[in-house]
Amino acid sequence: MTTSAKPKLLTIRGLKIEGRSDETWMPIVNGIDLDLHRGEVLGLIGESGAGKSTVGLAAMGFTRDGCRISDGSVNFDGIELVDASADTKRGLLGKRIAYVAQSAAASFNPAHKIIDQHTEGPVTHDVMSKSDSEADAMKLYAKLRLPNPDEIGFRYPHQVSGGQLQRAMTAMAMSCRPDLIIFDEPTTALDVTTQIEVLAAIRNIVEEFDTAAIYITHDLAVVAQMADRIKVLLKGDEVEEADTRTMLSAPTEDYTRSLWAVRSFVRPEKPPADPKATPVVSIRNVTAAYGKVTVLHNVSFDIHAGRTVAVVGESGSGKSTTARCITGLLPPRQGTIAFDGQELPADYRKRTKDQLRQIQMIYQMADTALNPKKSIGEIIGRPVQFYGGLRGAKKRARVEELLREIELEPKKFYHRLPSELSGGQKQRVGIARALAADPKFIICDEVTSALDQLVAEGILKLLARLQDDLGLSYMFITHDLATVRAIADEVVVMKDGRVVEQGAKAEMFAPPHHPYTDLLLSSVPEMDPDWLSNLLAERGADNIGDAAVDKM
Amino acid sequence: MGSVTRIVLQRLALGLLTLFVVSIVIFTAVNLLPGDFAQAILGQGATEEAVNAIRRDLGLDQPPVQRYLEWLGDALQGDLGTSFAQANFANFVGSGTVSELASVTSQIAPRFANTMFLAGVTAAIAVPLSLTLGILAALYRNSVFDKLANITTLTSISSPEFFLAYILILFLAVLNPWLPSLSNIYAGMGFGERLEKTLLPALTLTLVVTAHMMRMTRAAIINLLASPYIEMARLKGLSPMRVIVRHALPNALAPIINVIALNLAYLITGVVVVEVVFVYPGIGQLFVDSVKIRDIPMVQACCLIFAAAYILLNLLADILSIVSNPRLRHPK
Repeated sequence: MTTSAKPKLLTIRGLKIEGRSDETWMPIVNGIDLDLHRGEVLGLIGESGAGKSTVGLAAMGFTRDGCRISDGSVNFDGIELVDASADTKRGLLGKRIAYVAQSAAASFNPAHKIIDQHTEGPVTHDVMSKSDSEADAMKLYAKLRLPNPDEIGFRYPHQVSGGQLQRAMTAMAMSCRPDLIIFDEPTTALDVTTQIEVLAAIRNIVEEFDTAAIYITHDLAVVAQMADRIKVLLKGDEVEEADTRTMLSAPTEDYTRSLWAVRSFVRPEKPPADPKATPVVSIRNVTAAYGKVTVLHNVSFDIHAGRTVAVVGESGSGKSTTARCITGLLPPRQGTIAFDGQELPADYRKRTKDQLRQIQMIYQMADTALNPKKSIGEIIGRPVQFYGGLRGAKKRARVEELLREIELEPKKFYHRLPSELSGGQKQRVGIARALAADPKFIICDEVTSALDQLVAEGILKLLARLQDDLGLSYMFITHDLATVRAIADEVVVMKDGRVVEQGAKAEMFAPPHHPYTDLLLSSVPEMDPDWLSNLLAERGADNIGDAAVDKM
Repeated sequence: MGSVTRIVLQRLALGLLTLFVVSIVIFTAVNLLPGDFAQAILGQGATEEAVNAIRRDLGLDQPPVQRYLEWLGDALQGDLGTSFAQANFANFVGSGTVSELASVTSQIAPRFANTMFLAGVTAAIAVPLSLTLGILAALYRNSVFDKLANITTLTSISSPEFFLAYILILFLAVLNPWLPSLSNIYAGMGFGERLEKTLLPALTLTLVVTAHMMRMTRAAIINLLASPYIEMARLKGLSPMRVIVRHALPNALAPIINVIALNLAYLITGVVVVEVVFVYPGIGQLFVDSVKIRDIPMVQACCLIFAAAYILLNLLADILSIVSNPRLRHPK
């Protein structure tokens, strides 16, 4: 870690960026200083709205449409980028400064083959001929441990999985051997087992070519693995900066400490459920299919009164499909779903209003789950009227009671539209809408995964309090094992539409595990900066991520 | 490739079905026109017997369903019937046969060829022009060029066609005698001469159809400029032109192709006014004349051709936009 001895590559001083909303320019970044030496990796962390992506792009001399650099300087290796001509910047972009975006699936052009997009940079910048660049791409793909490195580039982006695309994009960023790469949340959209593979690949290649990098993320454990130094941002201001180990062990600012503390929320253990009691919801041997494709195989588990069952697994494992079967949106091919010991009709259209009322859902994207044209009062009022039959003043009183329940001031929020709320507030409204039906059982589908950690913690605490007050049962769908650790009583692990393991939380987090549970657990990044190195040393690069899943 | 072939075949079958339905609609609509050929040709002083005689000879006294089936059966064999207006009644009455010249097919064929030629020349000018203008407008969006291109094309599309035609005649035929103002096309004309005579109507039609295609090209491209892959292309240091032509355009093709197809169909079916102004012997004039004298076989044949043109071009547009989608061309 003698990076400071190396020459300086990037110097940002007093950087101010404004964004236009309506007709006025609002500050987004209020004067950031940043230094980066050759071969050094700087982690930029903060919650959404902290300005970390904006700063990352500004380090390339680039602002998105509707944003502008209003003050300050960005000096890349002696070149001032803020007032450089478009030509000068184009000469640097892709060649000496490269970018890796959050979603590779969206950032690869669907109309061209991966390798044609890879070679575009080197050919445009006269670094390599097309055929040399193609040969180089295959070498990079091999280094990044992509399967079939000689062939994979000739596919179109939609023919390659998300984790593979993310590595192909890292290869593309490396195509001209840049001095600096901006990684903008490169693993946020990936499953944990896929993420670990991409992290290992990125770290190796950055080390091998001694490339400097700015690594932007909201995930502290990830940044701990990747960065030499960490800078924390909050609403466009720097909170503090230190080398990774110091930052993790001894953060000086309260805000940083609060970020670190989020992961410590854990609900007290409940006594095991009475095995003789009738479960609130009982799923028995459910097999379900979309068209001809069977997506659930013989799924069985129980959810008891007042308890939380976390259903974990990667995308495509059948978690949400199970929820669709329970709610009756997708009638199963075989098997039954019972509520309080009584079998429910498979199709929601055949269920009684009371049966429908008992099972409610909260969705992942509060943004799209709330009607943007209706006020909060109307959104919560509709199920109050539909299920409770309340009207006029009684309905209003009930809605206000629900708003107080979710800790939103009724007077302030009743007439607001969803667009006037923050992400966390919207999710609270989603919870109130589910509560409005006065259900016994609520399905929470990834309710915290789109939220910042502090906000997510608030939602988890609210759900926990509501469970204690109202005796609710939750089925909690998530891929985040930290969340599971925080709130679950029982855990169900799913893979490829099957339940691979289930049991009480304490048992699940203690060995011995099913190999897949073991892989899931071991893939969750920890705050220890040596975690990834230790894991790779312990398991070997072939036994992590998708490679390990494929072996099962 | 399997899925693409299947979709193409499905669309083709659907197109044929549409054409069949349209043929029913045409037949019904034409027969709902007030008055028939017999009344139209014999005038107000016609006696009942004379009208009935002509109706009987032409088969107009048969029930509509039977007439429709006969017409459809003949049409399927390539025989679109005999033009009432061209039939020589002295020969026709009694013998039941007509000269080749009076058949609808021989009447329409040269006119249709002329219409296709005019449409082809117009398309050859208008499509590349509007694509280029659209791409440039997207590249220099909100610039003076963009606004000028938009205002000009919008003005030309909002002006009546005959007005545009007379303005062009004024400037290109009268004040500067470069092009002939009359398009008297005849069989056996050389290609060059034919082209020269067709140029003025083609330019008029270009002014009419360019706006739609240009504005759709511009809008479809600009719509994509906020996509992450466009940002990625810009961050790779590519020139703005390359970003638009190589990264935005291939993904914007589907809506552009559809608007082009609609405008090409208009060039085949909707150019009566321009034909009249330039005395261009196209199918549009023939159609209007036939309606006037209730020459039913002719009207039906024209309608059928128009419908087929619309359906075929839209079908082609559908297929092309499907093929322009790499997800369908290259399944997983």
